Amino acid sequence: MATVKLINLAKTIRSKNAGTDKITFDIIFREKENYELVKKSGVLTPETICKLYAISPERIADFVEFDPAYAIKFTIYRRRPSGSPGDSDVFGCQQYAPLLDIEVPVD
Amino acid sequence: MERKPLRFLCPNGHLGFAPIKTGSFYRGVATKPDFILADSGSDDIGPGPLGADTSTSPLEWQKHDLEHMLLAARKLGVPMIIGSAGDTGANSRVDRYVNIIKELAEKHNLPKFKIGYFYSEISKDYLARKMEKGEAIKGLDGRPDLTREELEKTDRIVAVAGVHPYIKLLDMGADVIIGGRSSDCVIFAAPAIRAGFPEDLAYYLGKVLECASFCAEPYGGKETVIGTITETEVLVTAMHPDQRCTVASVAGHAMYERSNPYYEYVLGGMLDMSNCRYEQYDEKTCRITGPKFIPSNEWRVKLEGSGKVGERYIGIAGIRDPYTIQNIDKVIEWAKAQARERFGDTGYELHYHVFGRNGVMGDLEPVKEIRSHELCVVVEGVAPTKAMAEEVAMIGTRQMFYARLPEVKGTAGGVAFVIDEVLPASPAYMWTINHTVTLDDPLELFPTYLTEAGK
Repeated sequence: MATVKLINLAKTIRSKNAGTDKITFDIIFREKENYELVKKSGVLTPETICKLYAISPERIADFVEFDPAYAIKFTIYRRRPSGSPGDSDVFGCQQYAPLLDIEVPVD
Repeated sequence: MERKPLRFLCPNGHLGFAPIKTGSFYRGVATKPDFILADSGSDDIGPGPLGADTSTSPLEWQKHDLEHMLLAARKLGVPMIIGSAGDTGANSRVDRYVNIIKELAEKHNLPKFKIGYFYSEISKDYLARKMEKGEAIKGLDGRPDLTREELEKTDRIVAVAGVHPYIKLLDMGADVIIGGRSSDCVIFAAPAIRAGFPEDLAYYLGKVLECASFCAEPYGGKETVIGTITETEVLVTAMHPDQRCTVASVAGHAMYERSNPYYEYVLGGMLDMSNCRYEQYDEKTCRITGPKFIPSNEWRVKLEGSGKVGERYIGIAGIRDPYTIQNIDKVIEWAKAQARERFGDTGYELHYHVFGRNGVMGDLEPVKEIRSHELCVVVEGVAPTKAMAEEVAMIGTRQMFYARLPEVKGTAGGVAFVIDEVLPASPAYMWTINHTVTLDDPLELFPTYLTEAGK
């Protein structure tokens, strides 16, 4: 089956703190068609996210398909609060990169 | 009779963090808004500033924005409102901003005006007394209820205010308001609610304006936007000539920095955005209808607390030898063992950030093999005293130089140093409190004051 990388379908792929204990990820599409394609493809679900980031299901705080903005959004708990000793990303803004290469099946 | 719409100008989503762009600000000011407002706080910046009672924003940038906003507001004769002063909203930050406003009034010979301000800090004793009475200080985001131990570790606590102290200060006749820690959206919601507009729209107005041009596209921070509230709708307009507030940019902004795009919790209730409708109103303006504010049946306030973990030093080491790169874990284990030999297992922290492997993402990094021909290792040593933190970081860094790898060819030093020393960093802090507590009165923790400036 032919696939396209998520980076080529989404307008915005980003991560950022949501408060002190969580990092939230936004995948936003310009076109409704691409949003629906990714939504239906099953490549972005709580299960696939757990696998990609090697985290347990309890680490997923939220998973939302946000139709008004053609966006898929999920949030994970940090292991320690932002800015604690040992944290490498105080703002949580560089945690999205593995999403870019997700292969989305296209017919 | 229908209420006259009110217009709110916001030039900056985090006043002080980077200076406003004055072009779009004055384009907005020329349209004679009814209020000039900005949020100045964020918990994004980590626990250090709250714990150490400092700002992450340089004083000059804070003054820069306050000066432009104050002069414009006084010239138009409209209120200027700042929330969460000086990044943290701690009492010392409120005092700093009040003093800056007074200095600016003198510098520019402004006619007399009233400054209203309120504090948000609470004492550890206050929470301890509540806990003694058996009241739970409830954890947010999966945290357990607050324990005495976590409370003891805390150096400074702020409560996050709702609209109430802002409304009170406007009632007291304040021309300029400097707020302690508050929810971002209430800064904007307060004057709209006070003027009689529906809470549904007032809180949404605040939600969409709080980050200024982040609700516009193309991406560009620190540009001015103007929000308009009527009896039935909120309109938001970009002031930069190249920016627009579109359905996509405004709806997308509802997601920014929040776990869930539908619900926003504040002291006094919850803003439900799940039935928001977004429409393109004109080229630069988006129209929003349908938000709903659901008042809560108790006064539950969010608390933020930060506590010092220790003093901190940083070491930096580079590695080019391919065999050493492949065995980086053994190198680190060697250095950690030397630290254990000197200081034991506990009483300090020693962290390694291995850039070129998983320095940015740590355990979340899916790429497991090292693909780089060189590594940069940042070593973080944290301990109760500066002397010990320096030694922990020094052992952790220099012992990488002496790591004993059986088959390494280079036997004259295992890592490269940019400088053969460790660098003092700001002390390490931790967010110890991300909890809520109930109040009898929404003003209980937020004492309000009035003072004068100008002549």
